[in-house]
Amino acid sequence: MNLKFIAAGVLAAATLGATAQNINGAGATFPYPIYSKWFSEYSEAHPNVKINYQSIGSGGGIRQVSEGTVDFGATDSPMTDEAINGAKVKTMHIPTVLGAVVPVYNLKGVTQDLNFSGDVIADIYLGKISKWSDPRIAKDNPGVKFPDNAILPVYRSDGSGTSFIFTDYLSKVSPDFKSKVGAAASVKWPTGIGQKGNEGVAGMVRQSPNSFGYVELIYARGNNMQFGAVKNSAGKFVKASTDGVTAAAAAAAKSMPADYRVSITNAAGPASYPISSFTWLLIPLKSTDPAKAKALAEFLGWMLDKGEAEASAMTYAPLPKPVQDMVRKSIAQVK
Amino acid sequence: MTTEPESGSTKSALSPVPTEFVASAVEAPVSAPSPIREFLSQRGSGRLADRSFAAVMLLCSLSIFLIVLFIFFILISRSKLSLLAFGWKFFTRQAWDPVSGDFGALPFIYGTLATSFLALLIAVPLALGVAVFLTELCPRSLRAPISFLTELLAAIPSVVYGLWAVFVLVPIMRDSLGPFLYKTLGWTGFFEGSNFGVGLLTASIILAIMILPVISSLTRDIMTSVPNSQREGVLALGATRWEMIRTGVLRNSRIGIVGAVMLGLGRALGETMAVTMVIGNHADISKSLFAPGYTLASVIANEFSEATGDLYLSALIEIGLALFLVTIVVNAIARLMVWAVTRGAPARAA
Repeated sequence: MNLKFIAAGVLAAATLGATAQNINGAGATFPYPIYSKWFSEYSEAHPNVKINYQSIGSGGGIRQVSEGTVDFGATDSPMTDEAINGAKVKTMHIPTVLGAVVPVYNLKGVTQDLNFSGDVIADIYLGKISKWSDPRIAKDNPGVKFPDNAILPVYRSDGSGTSFIFTDYLSKVSPDFKSKVGAAASVKWPTGIGQKGNEGVAGMVRQSPNSFGYVELIYARGNNMQFGAVKNSAGKFVKASTDGVTAAAAAAAKSMPADYRVSITNAAGPASYPISSFTWLLIPLKSTDPAKAKALAEFLGWMLDKGEAEASAMTYAPLPKPVQDMVRKSIAQVK
Repeated sequence: MTTEPESGSTKSALSPVPTEFVASAVEAPVSAPSPIREFLSQRGSGRLADRSFAAVMLLCSLSIFLIVLFIFFILISRSKLSLLAFGWKFFTRQAWDPVSGDFGALPFIYGTLATSFLALLIAVPLALGVAVFLTELCPRSLRAPISFLTELLAAIPSVVYGLWAVFVLVPIMRDSLGPFLYKTLGWTGFFEGSNFGVGLLTASIILAIMILPVISSLTRDIMTSVPNSQREGVLALGATRWEMIRTGVLRNSRIGIVGAVMLGLGRALGETMAVTMVIGNHADISKSLFAPGYTLASVIANEFSEATGDLYLSALIEIGLALFLVTIVVNAIARLMVWAVTRGAPARAA
């Protein structure tokens, strides 16, 4: 009985192998959990298409798709103009889902969620606010008694989209941070210690008293970590949630550029969570293989129809409706 | 390599003479080919086999040269952009700013050398102690379990060491060992500033633990190979046990010990995972061992996958070149040291 099934499976695989479309992609690690779910579900529904994705990092994704060694790329930070001009294969950014970065901390005796203003976070990482008892922290948290201990800022030592979103936000709210540090996947942090990956930062914060760090919302949620609320551009303290992130995206949708390369950190609107960002797929504008381009376009359509609905279950924020409509039009150009 | 011209000259001198003659020339009184020579000829081993064997061996050793040259060539060619932008000053500049595209390797070179040498400082005396105990003083019943455990330590993957360091060593450093060092040795200036449990010292300690088994098991093997007649001779002259170990064993095996230490240093210089997890990854040069640092291997591992921009990527590859050069220089110094140590006395039991 079993053998028959296996034989049938092998046969089916062999006959499919002849016509199956293999699509290879590489890039960002942040959306990897949902991408791998999408790709496997899509392959189940469309047995003639197999999408392979390697989460080698945004930098590697951009390089490989620009060189034409993979069929599509993925990135957490939009390509710079310089990178676009230098690319052998021209690509189009397609936003897929959104993520957020949250501040985490370890303070003995403080059980309630803390509030942070953007400029306070920036000054903690610049070393200007070095103690928890600083009056500027206390101002955002009336009624909380802070210890007079030195803050240990923890940052991501590995280049990551998380750091890009975080530094992009801090550069927007603090001119000082923008001139001294700037926004990138890896930056020159003036103070603090670096740890590898979300798990490294979270582990360090968890075991070091008086530390302060930042991790992805998905990571904080998945590990039941306590995290703080951040003041948005409307002056409200918002705790990160998929709704808050989608609200930020919706606020930015009105002024969405045609190439989707937009930063939505510090977005307008009272419900917007300020440290949010899109993550993008990089789809070649002109594929060498029209069959592959067609299969990719079909997948992107499926992503909008079915995939987006699965996002919030995995703590990613889905694209807001107006952006989905824009993307649908862009997909039509893929050939 | 050294035997090459010798065999060549004998071949050319004897080439017109048949093989039997060569054999008989060696064993002069016998005119007939020796039974051994005959047996070997029947087995098909002759000059051709000898020559092809030598050629194959030469190829094998040349492959080492080729691999090193190839790595060097790739490192140079891929880091051209950064070499052109910063020149040789890259190795002496203290800057690492991917945003503005300003790169220099000095803090990383400092971090690599500081942690590696500190690790040696901790590990070498310990490793020598382990080896001396195992070869000279250990009761027979304890020898096997201790040897087994040392070799087991050597087989643990570095990420496991890193995890252990994060969860065990870092809290110890932060809460007990660090404050103790600050209180007792704070005046030296090496144990100043805030101590968060991660930093150069923690990285050095985990490196020391990682290279300890390598050095101690090699040293043990070297000490075991010292002939017993040496020990007996020294003891017969009326030496105490310690004097016997010092003059009979340690003195005879010092070249081998230096070799073992160098192998440990090599591992320490290139170690990536465990160090990255506890060194703090902050590109700064600071005298205090509590301060976070950064190593060459760590920065490559951390930043390579997300590096965008050609100059940035090229600078990261030049960091690889720096690691390559640091290894070469350190090895050259080690060779010099061996030479200096052995200049006087004849080398035994190396």
